[in-house]
Amino acid sequence: MLELRGITAGYEPRRPVVRDASLTVAAGESVGLLGPSGCGKSTLARVAALLHRPDAGTVTLDGEPVRGWRHRAPREQRTAFGVVFQQPRMSADPRLRLHDLIAEPLRATGRRAEAPDRVRELAAATGLTADLLTRRPHEVSDGQLQRACLARALVLRPRWLVCDEMTAMLDASTTAALVAVVEDYRRETGAGLLAVGHDPVLLDRWCDRTVRWREVQEVQEAQQVQQVQASQKEALR
Amino acid sequence: MRGDRAIAAVTDATFRLHRGECLALIGESGCGKSVLASALLGLLPGNARTEGHAWLGSGEADEARLDLLAADERTLSRTVRGRRIGLIPQSPAAHLTPVRTVRSQLRETLRELTGRRDGEEAAAERAAFPADHLDRHPHQLSGGLAQRAATALALVGDAPLLLADEPTTGLDRELVDRTVDELRRQVDRGHTLLMITHDLAAAGRIADRVAVMYAGRIVEIADAEAFFGEPGPRHPYARGLLDALPERAFTPIPGMPPELGDLPAGCAFAPRCPRAADACATVPPLADGVACHHPRSDRA
Repeated sequence: MLELRGITAGYEPRRPVVRDASLTVAAGESVGLLGPSGCGKSTLARVAALLHRPDAGTVTLDGEPVRGWRHRAPREQRTAFGVVFQQPRMSADPRLRLHDLIAEPLRATGRRAEAPDRVRELAAATGLTADLLTRRPHEVSDGQLQRACLARALVLRPRWLVCDEMTAMLDASTTAALVAVVEDYRRETGAGLLAVGHDPVLLDRWCDRTVRWREVQEVQEAQQVQQVQASQKEALR
Repeated sequence: MRGDRAIAAVTDATFRLHRGECLALIGESGCGKSVLASALLGLLPGNARTEGHAWLGSGEADEARLDLLAADERTLSRTVRGRRIGLIPQSPAAHLTPVRTVRSQLRETLRELTGRRDGEEAAAERAAFPADHLDRHPHQLSGGLAQRAATALALVGDAPLLLADEPTTGLDRELVDRTVDELRRQVDRGHTLLMITHDLAAAGRIADRVAVMYAGRIVEIADAEAFFGEPGPRHPYARGLLDALPERAFTPIPGMPPELGDLPAGCAFAPRCPRAADACATVPPLADGVACHHPRSDRA
């Protein structure tokens, strides 16, 4: 279970991008988070993936409260997440060949020995040919690079996947192909998914349930109203 | 690309665009769509070569007929770009000058193209760009407003032909619909629009006709209504593209598009095609709106 409660987060002091947002993803569940651009949904996804420390609120991961974000998160929690971002070019080291790009998380966690087999498996799953694996990001298309970024997100076999507008730059066929790779992985491992996007048709088709951005913030408001009402009752007694 | 081989990014593209019509050119990224657009505007890099003709204008009294591929830079820059063809760019954020306000950019374009020293508000209005945002710099605009600013600039010269290169990339669904509807309004006002896009929903919303490009070739040209509705596309690739949509089958076309520098012999789609047969070893010509050896007949 991945649980976010009362998250307030932003990039400048006292100017939160996300206010009091709450969201729960059950183990093995896939949740689509739908909102217009600029609403703060990517920031919430980064908080969920332990990539951005919120100003307030709690994140609970499989029953364990999260105490640190980014490098302050214990490795066990950090590696529980695989993340795919919207723009593959901005999330790929231009110096790495695709093979090394995909293997990077294994190297970083001291599991280098698994790399050859795991990369081969994932390349097959994502449809990357041996020739493509030897190229650097500038030598492949956006779609091909995003396939590699998805493979990289899966390489540590995460229990949770966060896909932030993974397919916004891609054509229909590549979109369908990448979603199929994610769903095959989830079927095989039971991983949970938070898919952030702005296309209701896509998210409804892809995920078990789709949450509107409004609802993410309203849940908290409704709870607050209940709390206020409860405390008022208390006071009246 | 590696080495110094010549690579054909676009091959044998033939189509006709009628006045007051919107043709959507669709295809996966890297299929050659944008190269075609750059060729029409003479904006290809110096080492690029083109063959064939791209005739602009009917040749009647008010419209000189001009071969865009043969025209020299001087003609293109003085009489074509902005005046006879307006470009609505792929990434408005990169197209607008970052250090100048929208008003200053509109004013410059107005002065260059029409000689007028005023009229920024009216020019902004045509693309539904809000007048109270005119004094903002591009980074202060949302994606949708930046797109409108770029559209306003493209409309200043009253060019009869508009060329929109992926005008909806990176916008959310609602903004895509708004942008597309605004472009459609320009068509309804008499502009001709060539819209290059990989967004099938946007194409379906705006186009009168659709051209599908695969590996540098146009493989199908069809009436938009027939293409998106009944009886649907005839080329297996076009059918695969539509089937990949989440509101349809949501199944990808197997494999990936070939590299333009390493095309298979014969039909470029054959390696991914469920109907591939021996005949596919030769390149099918575009005949009757479809380039396939075994197009879907009316009800197959």
